[in-house]
Amino acid sequence: MPLEPRRVSGPFARMRTSLSWRSDRSELWRYIGWRLIQLAIVLIGVSIVVFFTMHVLPGDVAMLLLGDRGTAEQLAKLRLQLGLDQPVVVQYLRFVLAAAHGDFGTSLTSNRAAFDDVSTAFPVTLQLTLAALTIATVIGVPTGVFASLRPGRTFDNLAMTFTLFGVSMPIFWLGLMLLLAFGATLDWLPIGGLSEVGMEPPRITGMSLIDAALAGSPSMFWDALRHLILPACTLATVPLAFIARITRAEMLATATQDHVRTARAKGLPRARVIVGHVLRNALIPIVTVIGLQLGLLLSGAVLTETIFSLPGLGRLMVDSILSRDYPVVQAGALFIAFVFVLVNLLVDLSYTLLDPRIRRA
Amino acid sequence: MTIAAPYPSLGAAKERWYAPAARVLRRHEAKLGLAIVLGFLFLTVAAPLLAPYDPYDQELSSALAPPSAQHLFGADQYGRDVFSRVLYGSRTALLAIIVADGLALLLGSALGLVGGFLGGAVDAIVMRLVDVLLAFPYLLLALIIVAALGPSLTNSMIAIGIVYTPQYARLIRGQVLAVRALDYVRAARAIGTPRWRIMLRHVLPNSFGPVIVMATLQAGSVVVETAGLSFLGLGAQPPSPDWGALLADGHNYFLTAWWIATFPGLAIFGVVLGFNLIGDALRDQFDPRRRT
Repeated sequence: MPLEPRRVSGPFARMRTSLSWRSDRSELWRYIGWRLIQLAIVLIGVSIVVFFTMHVLPGDVAMLLLGDRGTAEQLAKLRLQLGLDQPVVVQYLRFVLAAAHGDFGTSLTSNRAAFDDVSTAFPVTLQLTLAALTIATVIGVPTGVFASLRPGRTFDNLAMTFTLFGVSMPIFWLGLMLLLAFGATLDWLPIGGLSEVGMEPPRITGMSLIDAALAGSPSMFWDALRHLILPACTLATVPLAFIARITRAEMLATATQDHVRTARAKGLPRARVIVGHVLRNALIPIVTVIGLQLGLLLSGAVLTETIFSLPGLGRLMVDSILSRDYPVVQAGALFIAFVFVLVNLLVDLSYTLLDPRIRRA
Repeated sequence: MTIAAPYPSLGAAKERWYAPAARVLRRHEAKLGLAIVLGFLFLTVAAPLLAPYDPYDQELSSALAPPSAQHLFGADQYGRDVFSRVLYGSRTALLAIIVADGLALLLGSALGLVGGFLGGAVDAIVMRLVDVLLAFPYLLLALIIVAALGPSLTNSMIAIGIVYTPQYARLIRGQVLAVRALDYVRAARAIGTPRWRIMLRHVLPNSFGPVIVMATLQAGSVVVETAGLSFLGLGAQPPSPDWGALLADGHNYFLTAWWIATFPGLAIFGVVLGFNLIGDALRDQFDPRRRT
């Protein structure tokens, strides 16, 4: 009689499945709840750091607002208006309450709400960061995988030399060199900005590429893409190198495990072993590293936006610091930290999708 | 009759203190890295001897002169010799490593040691502080600190030092947690040694090994980030010969004078590559999984 897998039947089968499924779900929600509490604690800490750091600024906010022309009387009046006469704890609580409503005060340079400046600049940084992360992942993961297939051979050596150069490269220098080569010398790509004058798509999302696509204009889309290539490639270099290195290392470590040997022994095609058994199990550290690149990308965006004259959040922060526009610095800092912490949470949660063991842990 | 020394093999098996370093230096990339770093250190010391011009000397007749026998790396917009400025810039880079990396090591070690050794509420507070600092992308935190302190080279080094503090704190804390459970620490407690003395004399020295590896790994990053802040105008101010500030000058003239930005960038790249090569070899040596 041929052996058949034992089937669980009867009234308890459905209940068992349902219980296990419910238990998984409730564990997952409990975990998400716990991580959200942690996120709230970290955000309170972040707001304290931002508020108190800005409050040790040499000079007084009221003096900054009035400039040199303000009289002592005007200064006292403004201090009263801004609540600077209140104890610092009261000032902090007011700051947090206002921040929760997106009110960070008025920019000292643009005279617009500080948060409006930040929300206008953010899509530029988001587009740049996503483009760079896509390039880094799409090239980095396959490079690491192929390098791990024949360790010590020509491709592996070339890839590892490239990645070593990549992690050692100051991106603000690389950006300049790419500008010099592809922008100034070869004249293949534009040397800065989001689009040519007269080719700006109507603002919908604030991301030039998407706005151009939504406008249905191929020429605008092509122009926006051409302007994005150099900054995105510059910003992608260091994360690409990190992703390729970690992919190679994890692939090599996973390839020696028993389940991979078993998969080979039972005669599975090589490609299936590599993708289905090695890469799949190496994915968690790879996703972690891809997620962790966000900090690197947001930091790198500050420099990249400066080189390529992009009106993003990084450039706004630097300009605001140089012009001592502290409401914008506070709004930008809190906003970036919030995005950063949120993405780290999403990366953590993505593990549960990739690895059932974590889901059940 | 002579009495044989008890357990002679124990002495023979004992490794010489420099053996791990010798193992690291057996790797070609470590040798190359060390050569680059030693070359960098030599240049910082010998800059006044090797520089053909004073890095601050302006010679307007040579403004934007391309590389030549007279100006090996060309001249900048004020006719200052780029080669001399790059040479002197190595001193700022070394200073950044000493100040920023040193500050991070000092603050991180103090936080990690106190948190890990005392545990309880102190540890919880230290680790939450570390979590909060890690919630900022590193350059953003540096920007906030520079915004508070004001743009200058010293403040940018302090900012980078604070940015790296959490990483050292986490590393030291992990080491301290392992070391504090060892017999000799418990013995020291049992004979009534004060806590501060146990921390400084017994726990800290025995937790410090991996920190040295980390300090080497971070040295290259510290150079890049300090230069990055100077490039943004938030670090070294003109006319200091700082690699980041030189690159910022080059940015303004890159269409007409490529040499102003190219050579300082190459210098940063070379130094970072050197430290990364040594760091990689050290990491491979100290990571058992990689060593096997």
